[in-house]
Amino acid sequence: MSSDSEKPATDAKPAEKPVTTKPAAKPVVKKPEEIPVELPVFEKGLSDKIAEKFDDKIEIAFVKEDRVRINVSRENVLEVAEFIRDELNFDHVESVSGVDYPQEKEIEVVYHLGSYSDSSLARQILVLATRAQREEDPIPGSDSTKLPSLRNIFYSVEFHEREIFEMFGVFFEGHPDNRRLLLPEDWADLPPLRKDFALKGR
Amino acid sequence: MLKDLVTPENANVFVGKLGDILEKAIDKPLGYAINWGRIWSLWPVHIETACCSVEFGAASSPRYDVERFGIIEAFGSLRQCDLVVVQGTITRKMAPRLRLVYDQMPEPKYVIAMGACAITGGLYFDSYNVLPGIDGIIPVDVYVPGCPPRPETLIQGCMLLQEKIKRMKARKFV
Amino acid sequence: MTEIMPGLALQKVDERIMTLNVGPQHPGSGHMRIVVQIDGDYIVACDPDPGYVHRGEEKMAEYRNYILNIPHLERPVIHDSCNVLYPYVLGVEEILGIEVPERAKYVRVIASELNRCIYIMYWLAIYGIFLGHSTMFMWPAGDREFLIDLMEKMTGARVTHAHFVPGGVRNDLPPNFEDVCLRQVNYFEKRIKEYSAVFYDNPILIARTRDTGVLSRQDAIRLGTTGSVLRASGIDYDLRKKEPYDAYDELDIHTNVMKEGDSYARSKIPWLDMLESCNIIRQALQKMPKSGSVRVKLKPNPKGKGDQTVYKRVESGRGSLGCYVVSDGKPEPYRLKLSVPSFRNLIALPYLLKGEKLGNMPSVYWSLNYWPVEADR
Repeated sequence: MSSDSEKPATDAKPAEKPVTTKPAAKPVVKKPEEIPVELPVFEKGLSDKIAEKFDDKIEIAFVKEDRVRINVSRENVLEVAEFIRDELNFDHVESVSGVDYPQEKEIEVVYHLGSYSDSSLARQILVLATRAQREEDPIPGSDSTKLPSLRNIFYSVEFHEREIFEMFGVFFEGHPDNRRLLLPEDWADLPPLRKDFALKGR
Repeated sequence: MLKDLVTPENANVFVGKLGDILEKAIDKPLGYAINWGRIWSLWPVHIETACCSVEFGAASSPRYDVERFGIIEAFGSLRQCDLVVVQGTITRKMAPRLRLVYDQMPEPKYVIAMGACAITGGLYFDSYNVLPGIDGIIPVDVYVPGCPPRPETLIQGCMLLQEKIKRMKARKFV
Repeated sequence: MTEIMPGLALQKVDERIMTLNVGPQHPGSGHMRIVVQIDGDYIVACDPDPGYVHRGEEKMAEYRNYILNIPHLERPVIHDSCNVLYPYVLGVEEILGIEVPERAKYVRVIASELNRCIYIMYWLAIYGIFLGHSTMFMWPAGDREFLIDLMEKMTGARVTHAHFVPGGVRNDLPPNFEDVCLRQVNYFEKRIKEYSAVFYDNPILIARTRDTGVLSRQDAIRLGTTGSVLRASGIDYDLRKKEPYDAYDELDIHTNVMKEGDSYARSKIPWLDMLESCNIIRQALQKMPKSGSVRVKLKPNPKGKGDQTVYKRVESGRGSLGCYVVSDGKPEPYRLKLSVPSFRNLIALPYLLKGEKLGNMPSVYWSLNYWPVEADR
């Protein structure tokens, strides 16, 4: 689901074919070696701070250069977001996207958090991911696909969560205005970015 | 002498011949003058639909200058306009509004479909929110292909529209 | 600070309040609708209604592979197309694990800066239409043609260049490009320096835009705005300096910041940015390696290994544009999300318009450096 911390090693280019009648040499493929994992220091500090406060409620997916990813369950996401805002000084949300996993019957909502006021965090993006349950026949707004809204913690998610509501059918509890933003007013089909909504002809 | 010429039997022939003479003397030149007035002042409605509006704006810029043809950019009210340039993709949300704009314009009105998306849906032909071409909802006079069409292509499209208007009847009712 | 209720604040409308549609067909609205409620001459509440150009780019991206995605992903902003493709291309290169040659990085920087200037000039032109200042439409619309000529020499197209590909750029610069580019950029810079006399010191423009739509520093951070809106409110944040990508870490960049946060500051910052871009282009032309390849050729249907997620961001003409790519080992991306600066700045609109006069609405609205086609994707 998410990569681990080392960068994937590139394949070496296949050897040049000699212009003779001999059969061409087989391309040499280097196996990725098991390098001992060395995580970047500043990002490790961030993830350690979160991990020591919320032991087992979260899962640190990866710690890469400038990007730290945390997976949280939907019951704990409000707590973790408040901690991130108050203790770690992340003050706005850059983007919110949803990813549909129909085989696991879940819809994942990913928040990318950034900071303008703290200059040591100018490059960092904290990736916060939660999952909502997914139903086969969605009735957006009245079925079990619900998540708590982060609007009271980060005001900047307002329009982003409205877009996820109309595109995936995820209802955000606590958001005062779950209604359509981009789709036409008379859209009566499945939420379009789900995987079972197919484009015409494909 | 006129009374002898015009008998009840051949009165209608006489009237027909009189009509022909009047048409040649007055109607043709008058129609030509009216069409001349229409050609050189086509005012487009200020409706920007999608990305081709950038090239429409560039066509009004000093280098390509479509204003020398009488086509003024950024006009105010649509009740005084007679040209709709549909610039780009029409989505399902925009389609009823486009039809409303077209209905509100007074006669005579002309439509230019600019860009591949307005002709057949273009690059977005399989998207869920895009209409495959606008000629299902409004009657189109000139199709200008391109993605986006260069400003010179748009000007050629306007010139084709002018040729078409020259051939049209100036008045609908005799 | 004041809390804003979303939607229309007055659900029950009384007799004094009138609801107006500043609709998709309006000389002052761009490609979207703004529903305003006014009490006499003052706006009481406002509800933006984007989505008239929503073409489903993100859904279409899931059916096309990484190379086929390039033509349609650059169309949200056709004249700034290099900057819209930039984070996507950087993300795909990280997924596929490719390293871009040096000369390609500099060519990308030059194309990105030219596109930024081309975009800002068109934005200034439309600002002129909104304010009714026809010279402010004609001068920028005409002067940007110098830079469009340069892009046409480089890529072959006036707009929608499709020049950036994963692995570098499509073609090398044409011969003798450096001299022509320097000449055009110098003349362009001389021309835009004259704008201060006609626009920015013009008492009418100052009277119409000073002290309207004031966005304080705290609110700019809290609302998550980006780009020139942020820098006009006093926050020094430019991704080309904070998180440099490609060749920007070897160039000398100065960030323009103004403290007032009103429409006048937001309309002046992009002009100052353009003057800075001219300097960057000159530096890049000097420091560029004189020869070398500009493209790493990929195998057909390139795919990444395993499950990866990448988020890359870039400073475009409007602000920080991000692209989140989820890949699961197939040639098509599993999910592609473009986080566009116009959509992020849209949240400031109901906040700023409350309490403004109706006549100030176009100047406040367009000064948010908003491109409606991009916000809808």
